[in-house]
Amino acid sequence: MLTYIIRRILYAVPIVIGVNVLTALLFFYVNTPDDMARKILGEKNVTPAAIENWKKDHGYGLPAFLNTKEAGLATVTQTIFYQKSVPLLWLDFGRSDRNNIDIGREIGRRMWASLAISLPMFTFGVFIDLFFAMMLAYYRGTYLDISGVVFCVIMMSVSTLFYIIGGQFILGKLLKLFPISGYDTGVYSFKFLVLPVAVGVISGAGIGIRFYRTVFLEEINKDYIRTARAKGLSEAKVLFKHALKNAMIPVLTNVVVSIPFLFYGSLIMESFFSIPGLGNFTIDAIQAQDFAIVRSMVYMGSILYIVGLILTDISYTLVDPRVLFE
Amino acid sequence: MAGVPVPAKYRGDPLQGVEMLFYAFLLAVMIVTGSCTPNDPYRSAERNKNIFYSTFNEPPKHLDPAKAYSSDEYELIGQIYEPAIQYHYLIRPYTLVPLTARAVPAPVYLDKNGRGLPDGVLPEKVYRAVYEIRIKKGIMYQPHPAFAKEADGSPLYKNLTPKDLEGIDDINDFPVKAARELKSDDYILEVMRLADPAIESPVFAMLEKYILGLHEYSEALRADLEAARRQRRENAGPAYNRTVDEKERPIVLDYKKHPLPGVEKVDDYTYRIILKAKYPQFIYWLAMPFFAPMPEEAVRFYSEDALKDRNITLNRFPVGTGPYMMDRYNPNMEIVLGRNKNFHREDYPDKGEAGDDEKGLLEDAGRPLPFMDMIVFKQEKEAIPRWNKFLQGYYDNSGITSESFDTAVTVSAAGRAELTAQMTQKGIRLLTSVRPSVYYTGFNMTDDTVGGLSIEKQKLRQAISIALDDEEYIEIFNNGRGVPAMSILPPGIFGYVEGADGINPYVYKWDSARKKPVRRDIEYAGKLMAEAGFPGGRTKDGSPLVITFDNPWTGADMTPVINWYIKRFRLLGIQLENKTTDYNRFQEKMTKGNFQFFSWGWNADYPDPENFYFLLSTANGKVKYQGENASNYSNPEFDRLFKMMENMNNSPERLRLIKEMTHITRQDAPLVWGFYPVAFGLSHAWVRNVKSNAMANNTMKYIRLDVAKRRAARDEWNRPILWPIAAAAALLVIAAIPAIIAVRKRMRGGRG
Repeated sequence: MLTYIIRRILYAVPIVIGVNVLTALLFFYVNTPDDMARKILGEKNVTPAAIENWKKDHGYGLPAFLNTKEAGLATVTQTIFYQKSVPLLWLDFGRSDRNNIDIGREIGRRMWASLAISLPMFTFGVFIDLFFAMMLAYYRGTYLDISGVVFCVIMMSVSTLFYIIGGQFILGKLLKLFPISGYDTGVYSFKFLVLPVAVGVISGAGIGIRFYRTVFLEEINKDYIRTARAKGLSEAKVLFKHALKNAMIPVLTNVVVSIPFLFYGSLIMESFFSIPGLGNFTIDAIQAQDFAIVRSMVYMGSILYIVGLILTDISYTLVDPRVLFE
Repeated sequence: MAGVPVPAKYRGDPLQGVEMLFYAFLLAVMIVTGSCTPNDPYRSAERNKNIFYSTFNEPPKHLDPAKAYSSDEYELIGQIYEPAIQYHYLIRPYTLVPLTARAVPAPVYLDKNGRGLPDGVLPEKVYRAVYEIRIKKGIMYQPHPAFAKEADGSPLYKNLTPKDLEGIDDINDFPVKAARELKSDDYILEVMRLADPAIESPVFAMLEKYILGLHEYSEALRADLEAARRQRRENAGPAYNRTVDEKERPIVLDYKKHPLPGVEKVDDYTYRIILKAKYPQFIYWLAMPFFAPMPEEAVRFYSEDALKDRNITLNRFPVGTGPYMMDRYNPNMEIVLGRNKNFHREDYPDKGEAGDDEKGLLEDAGRPLPFMDMIVFKQEKEAIPRWNKFLQGYYDNSGITSESFDTAVTVSAAGRAELTAQMTQKGIRLLTSVRPSVYYTGFNMTDDTVGGLSIEKQKLRQAISIALDDEEYIEIFNNGRGVPAMSILPPGIFGYVEGADGINPYVYKWDSARKKPVRRDIEYAGKLMAEAGFPGGRTKDGSPLVITFDNPWTGADMTPVINWYIKRFRLLGIQLENKTTDYNRFQEKMTKGNFQFFSWGWNADYPDPENFYFLLSTANGKVKYQGENASNYSNPEFDRLFKMMENMNNSPERLRLIKEMTHITRQDAPLVWGFYPVAFGLSHAWVRNVKSNAMANNTMKYIRLDVAKRRAARDEWNRPILWPIAAAAALLVIAAIPAIIAVRKRMRGGRG
């Protein structure tokens, strides 16, 4: 297993470097350092000299990938790519271009707010989706199942934004049960999390329930289920004990790969509920053209994605002994 | 297949459990919130506190007074830093009064021989302009760890290591804080910081033209910076990574190494700023945070590497003498200003303009400031939650977005904006004021088709000015929040003329019966087009006149605006070709002059006509001189008059010059003057002493709250309604019962 994990990590290295190079390329050619300087320096009194000075002082005055004015190793090291992107490989995120804050520390702080909302949303979401999917499978063929599926399709068709605004309007404004938006620390964060978590769970329920219901229905038509029924087991036992266990592979594929991204937060949800998480951080950075932060977040995203895939593979072996590390 | 009995653990209705869980959960929410208003976003301990609640949209970029330049940043640092002078809160037109200074300084003009010159002297005769500022004694800084000292007088917090800072996340976590008296050195240091290349002050390029030696001083500092970088690179070899190196060990420049002749210390309470030329508007700069005091101790304290690693910087934790100080800084969630217990005595003004007394704005005259204990700014990125929380009483003030405009405001039969019944029932008050800003569209005056000063080109631009109906634009796209502009100069600024004498005769006629300007009709504009050589919008060869429109309006919500422009140009037969690009491309086009027609705006730095008319001076041309004259308008006669007017004190002669300049620019029409935006602000009945002041940024100290009234309103407006939840749960249970029965039947009867 260890060999497999090491091999997978080694495979990931070129991917991570590739992401790094690609992000740098996109930034330098789509959004040049001049553009960044102009955006960051503001709208008044921005002279060409001020732009040049900004680039110089923030390390963007160098060539992008190859410095032909230098000799030897310096042709590579005295470039924007080396100075800005290479330290990311050892997770040195540097400082933001806009206000010079330590990005690593900021990620560390904001990550918890993202987790505070995404972790319960994810956990409750998975359990509720599984529960209702099993209920629909249990009551399959009844009007409850049919109306449930129709309801799920309707829920899938509605934009997340509608759930957010609707949730804020009904539960926050009309019924006055929860704060419409906001965040606090410690135990005081609880009342701010209920509404976004509820909205997040409900908005994702349509697709989740439909997916897991299909998985369960596929399982309950297999031979071993027929055998279990023939043995005289109750339908509930068949479903909750036998079918659930065997449906875990597709369930895990869906669930485990998402776990690392919980740190990343939710862009829209955090924005509408004013949750100070990493989703908010990324959106702000994109709007402000803060390449240092965007670069760090994209890089972190690629690492989390790879971690998610490795975790998924490991989890397969835990639920299905037939899967071996090769 | 025979039916099998359902095991006990699967019997019963699973939804009952869900319902119970939900109620338990609601109960838990009620307990945790500890109040009868579970939607209260604040801790229950804050209910009776004298705290003002407001919002911010994006985290402020900089709170360093040498760098901050936007209104959201000023809203914070305006309450913390104190320049020597300030704008009077109530009196209009805007008037400067002392803050930490003993008096508003009057400039002394000197000739080359150092002899004094009279106040009204011509600018070309002035060799130096000296502003001597005397500050009051006994003004203390806020408590701050930067002032904490060892017994021997050396700083208590120095050479800090990461270990020293364990458990310290912001400035209030430092156990020892101290303060000291404000000195003239602090004001001098801040002027020096404006020249620091590492700080990148946005006003340096403007101020270096005036402050004696500021340019040379900055050059010397830059040379030091480059030398330090060169040295570090030599030491590190080819693997030198400046980004990483300066993150770990930022370069700190020694301001005292070079002389700056433009600032002089007279004594501990007196300093001078020396200008290279006569520039009467400089007095307004002295009221801005760029000229606030900066204690040397704070600069030294924040240069500690270990603090920077923890994001504890001057950009986040200001050090001032103002009525408030930074209490909590979490730009991702909230920014809290607390009362500065060291704040010097300052009283609420006892004079205002006519009508202020009747509005109750002088009720607190003579009472010591500030009135509130704390100001909390909560981050709200979206307009809808922000608006709803204002209506629930959880924010004390609010602007009006286009989404909430119809809910908040209605236009009366007389055309006046009034609050809707819903707002008046809540006791909400509306405050409107014309901003010292102008939103305009304009022509590239260097373009062959639309530019130039010939009579034909003047007529073409005048015709377009008539066709672009600003009244309609304001009504459709700005909810009526604007005043059609007659020139570049907005109301409230010296030189603005109201009534029949103030209209732009090339675009409007005066309706003496209704006593208001009436836009000239489109037929008249068509006549001008024909005289300009474009009859019916056609060129000499019969093809339609095509004009390109450059703008940075990439949002989908701006499509109707663009279509409106296309439609208005079509009235003259002109084909408007839209060229929307992102903001950077737009800026690039403007800088290079690759455009014909464009959209732009200007927000004044200070209430003086010079700050508007310079937008049309040749010396500020965007293409040639990278200035703010975006249309690249260049008229020698205008320039001659502007040169005379810019450094003149307000006087009948200055007014005459402004009138002449206004006439020239109206005739040349390099810009379609557009409109002056009107700000609409709302505040709750419990917020007192609210008066719009577009120039002052330290107004929070004047605001007083009626906390009991606010508490009562919040309780009344936010009683929770629980029955729909119970009804929905019951409905769910009832809906599930037949299915449960069906399955049970199926289980008993076998699946077949």
